[in-house]
Amino acid sequence: MFIKQRPSWSVPESEVTPESVYLNRRKFMTGAIASAAALSIPGLVRAEDTRPGTVLDYKAAPQFSTDEKPAPYDAITTYNNFYEFGTGKQDPSRYASEMSVDPWSVEVEGECANPGKYALEGLLKPHQYQERIYRLRCVEAWSMVIPWVGVPLAEVIKRLEPNSDAKFVYFETLNAPEQMRGQRSLFSTIDWPYREGLRMDEAMNELSFLAVGLYGKTLPNQNGAPIRLVVPWKYGFKSIKSIVRIRFMKEQPKSSWEMIAPSEYGFYANVNPEVDHPRWSQKMERRLPSGVFRPNWIETEKFNGYGEQVAGLYKGMDLSRYY
Amino acid sequence: MASAVTNKWRGIAGKCLVFGLALLPLGFLVADIINANLGPDPGQVITEALGIAAFQLLLVTLAITPLKKVTGWSGWLRYRRMLGLFAFFYAALHLLAFLQLILGWMDLWATFTKRPYIIAGAAAFLAMVPLAITSTRRMMKRTGRWWKPLHRLIYPAAILAWVHFLWQARSDITEMVVYAVILAGLLVVRARWFGVSSLVPLKRT
Repeated sequence: MFIKQRPSWSVPESEVTPESVYLNRRKFMTGAIASAAALSIPGLVRAEDTRPGTVLDYKAAPQFSTDEKPAPYDAITTYNNFYEFGTGKQDPSRYASEMSVDPWSVEVEGECANPGKYALEGLLKPHQYQERIYRLRCVEAWSMVIPWVGVPLAEVIKRLEPNSDAKFVYFETLNAPEQMRGQRSLFSTIDWPYREGLRMDEAMNELSFLAVGLYGKTLPNQNGAPIRLVVPWKYGFKSIKSIVRIRFMKEQPKSSWEMIAPSEYGFYANVNPEVDHPRWSQKMERRLPSGVFRPNWIETEKFNGYGEQVAGLYKGMDLSRYY
Repeated sequence: MASAVTNKWRGIAGKCLVFGLALLPLGFLVADIINANLGPDPGQVITEALGIAAFQLLLVTLAITPLKKVTGWSGWLRYRRMLGLFAFFYAALHLLAFLQLILGWMDLWATFTKRPYIIAGAAAFLAMVPLAITSTRRMMKRTGRWWKPLHRLIYPAAILAWVHFLWQARSDITEMVVYAVILAGLLVVRARWFGVSSLVPLKRT
């Protein structure tokens, strides 16, 4: 029997400081410290926000956000699966700085009216950034709550004008072994580049998101800079990082994990507690960060709790077959 | 006389050194726990580190006999029991950590009956239990000529531990390949030196 316990770090929503207040306090404190420092000892002034990245201009999208508490920035940026930089959870945060993300362009191809090579800025400029706080459920049975900044995928796709033959959207991650040490590994079973895909209606769902930021600033490389997919009702590996290619296709593309182990990872990869991974159960997940001595287990919800928005996409499909 | 005393002290110093070295992985882990240096999923890190330490010590234990052969110095044998017991110690901590820090003692039946990599790991641990129990001088005497064939359980234990490790791989198996080469080397030299027959229990005479 499982008892849902409130994690030790959890606080009720009423205790969370609204971000504007928090930011104002920061501004005030920085100002106060700066003036105090200017009056007394120079050299004590320190930037309050030492997180790397450029500050983004965005508006919150509470209708798409969970009110669960986001994982701390350090947890989100030091615990990553980004096999291009190694299979250890800390490898990406150690080695992703070897990847160059500026300038960045995305090749758009296939069944659409506006193919071509788009500079990242050009691809995103017409759109207003939003912040969406999503749950991310990894196929390895852990999860985190993450405040992404980005644009709805549907808005970008509409501008690229896919034609009626476009039934699927295919994505590719950067393939650059000289910048990505995991791609130089001799015993990797992944056939680089990393590939993912969505059915057109999944891609056009209001939850599908192209993230460019985290906690209000541009993405750190280990989280998939400069642009990545976030599909919150699917296992994390569907949310492909550092995208360089978008292709509209007639046929269903093969994703990287499907190519490696089709019995373990399907094309759909919807979060589903009723369908176990052949090697482990998917009924529960460990919500991170977890305490040292007590695993922070919570029950996994179908479609990661986003069933209301996405269950209709799979009406009549046998999800134990199309996993 | 004097040299015998020196030898005795050398032996004790050597054992202290090996004891200290074998405790290092645990020491590093404890330091990381105290400094909250294990990231957002400390239970996973602790469990993995303990398992790797157990497996590595198992390989070091297996390396003792070949070391003796290569160097011609039988002094290595002095450390074998201690190393084997440390391998068991880390394996036991690994199992406990898995139960408490990862599983939280939930879903035990399904975990130990339905998950092949867990079954392989559990089998490796079970194979080590009789070895730890019969490691004392007294148990060596009591088991007599069965002691040696019994302790060949270390071979399946090491292989199962490796399988347990391999079956958790998702894509990159570089580490597993490195360990496979080491383990295969340690097993193959035995087959060559002692003849393959010595890998099966001795016959009653």
